[in-house]
Amino acid sequence: MSVDKDTVRRVARLARIAFPEERLEPMAGELNRILAWVEQLNAVDTSAVEPMTSVVKVSLKMREDQVSDGNRADAVVRNAPLGEDNYFAVPKVVE
Amino acid sequence: MSKLTDLTIAEARDGLKKKSFSATELTDAHIKAVEKARALNAFVTETPEIARAAAAESDKRIAAGSARPLDGIPLGIKDLFCTKDVLTTAGSHILDGFKPAYESTVTTNLFKDGAVMLGKLNMDEFAMGSSNETSYYGPVINPWRRKGSDTKLVPGGSSGGSSASIAARLVMGATGTDTGGSIRQPAAVTGIAGIKPTYGRCSRWGIVAFASSLDQAGPMARTVRDCAIMLKSMASHDPLDSTSVDLPVPDYEAAMTGNIKGLKVGIPREYRIDGMPAEIEALWQKGIQWLKDAGAEIVDVSLPHTKYALPAYYIVAPAEASSNLARYDGVRFGLRVPGKDITSMYENTRAAGFGREVQRRILIGTYVLSAGYYDAYYIKAQKLRTLIARDFDEAYRKCDVLLTPTAPGPAFGIGEKTDDPISMYLNDVFTVTVNLAGLPGLSVPAGLNSEGLPLGLQIIGKAFDESTLFRVGEVIEKAAGTTPRPQAWWEV
Repeated sequence: MSVDKDTVRRVARLARIAFPEERLEPMAGELNRILAWVEQLNAVDTSAVEPMTSVVKVSLKMREDQVSDGNRADAVVRNAPLGEDNYFAVPKVVE
Repeated sequence: MSKLTDLTIAEARDGLKKKSFSATELTDAHIKAVEKARALNAFVTETPEIARAAAAESDKRIAAGSARPLDGIPLGIKDLFCTKDVLTTAGSHILDGFKPAYESTVTTNLFKDGAVMLGKLNMDEFAMGSSNETSYYGPVINPWRRKGSDTKLVPGGSSGGSSASIAARLVMGATGTDTGGSIRQPAAVTGIAGIKPTYGRCSRWGIVAFASSLDQAGPMARTVRDCAIMLKSMASHDPLDSTSVDLPVPDYEAAMTGNIKGLKVGIPREYRIDGMPAEIEALWQKGIQWLKDAGAEIVDVSLPHTKYALPAYYIVAPAEASSNLARYDGVRFGLRVPGKDITSMYENTRAAGFGREVQRRILIGTYVLSAGYYDAYYIKAQKLRTLIARDFDEAYRKCDVLLTPTAPGPAFGIGEKTDDPISMYLNDVFTVTVNLAGLPGLSVPAGLNSEGLPLGLQIIGKAFDESTLFRVGEVIEKAAGTTPRPQAWWEV
């Protein structure tokens, strides 16, 4: 499984990171080196192994289904780079 | 009396109790030390006013006879912990100007117990790094130098501001976080102690997330006892973090009896890696001898999947990071870079806001989670985690703790390893297994190498058995003797 320039472009798009054309090729090289290195995992037969789903063996706690917080719009939006009247402002998304 | 900044937390606690000095005096001495040490670049934000106000409150409580466990103890807080109304950057440009409206559970616990915050400590961007060189705020400089050299060395990472400021006597202790070794490795290369507790021991609520199934907060300080004191306050069950455990927090100091007679210490043979420097091997042998001399029984154990830990980590951690870091979109907090539409605004913001290493990891994570690759990479890595955890379970049938080196070498020079990501990743070869298995690991200062640089030994324990780690750690610390302090070349 080798990563080429087009794959980097596609993955960068999925990750929503703008990537200048001249950085695609070097990044493909870097990713390939790392992916080739992790490929050694294939040497281990894991067909009979369950993937880890929980680091520590505890069961999740249940709690009452009730409102415990809220009505803090000011605090929620106060770090927004752009906003108005407790709304986040973004570039127009519908014509 | 020695300088106030030379005291350990345990000594300062006694001095405050006996009123040998006030919390305000102790805090002022540390604020002065911080101001004189800006050449180390250990702080992103200094908070002397907050510190003085907290110290004054501590003095009132001490005078009233109602002192709390950490009253008046000046600490640094890694800039990954959200602190209410105080800039929190995670070492990243993308969190420009972010002042959280809430306080992390761990810092809430510390401040409730009377701790004094001196400021927010520099770190690798989003905790991704082993040398503190990926910070948007520039590298932190290790207070230690090679004998007869003024080459600037790294303080380890990602908790490099924490390790440097403790070693330089700017703070008495600091919070750290450890996803693959970010507490233990910097502790080792700066000659201090640091523990990554069992996953779930400290709440992750309010800590900027990197890899949620691996991240764990822990204390760093100059002695094992100081770490025990801090962890007692930091650990708690927290309904706001569903993975935090509802187990009582033991009195860790009470467990430090100095008696390890009959304790079984496992030596994992797979940790003897190719190309390991002779001085690391020698240090390990010394550690084994110290524990033997104290009455412990040494047993050989095998952790056969050790060599797969780092590659598994470099699938799991970037995968979880790519998901966690999706929230930085220029809308709700931090940096925003305009674009021609909303998508290009996201893309421009993330291109400008994330540094190279963070971008690289997001791309790897996005790739391994993308359609068609999820099973081959992420599920495969999670299966290896099962095997790695099983290795430890097997080993613990034969022993109580494991002893290993903490890092494969001493502090290296700034810029020496930045060109090759994999050589940088190898710094975590001895620490990362513990994160994958969720276990606790303590790094203890164990002496200096031939160049005069500190090295550490790591003790790995069973889940939630931090008490035994502190007990063994103190034995090693005593046997190793006092680590000399670095020369204060940074003082202006």
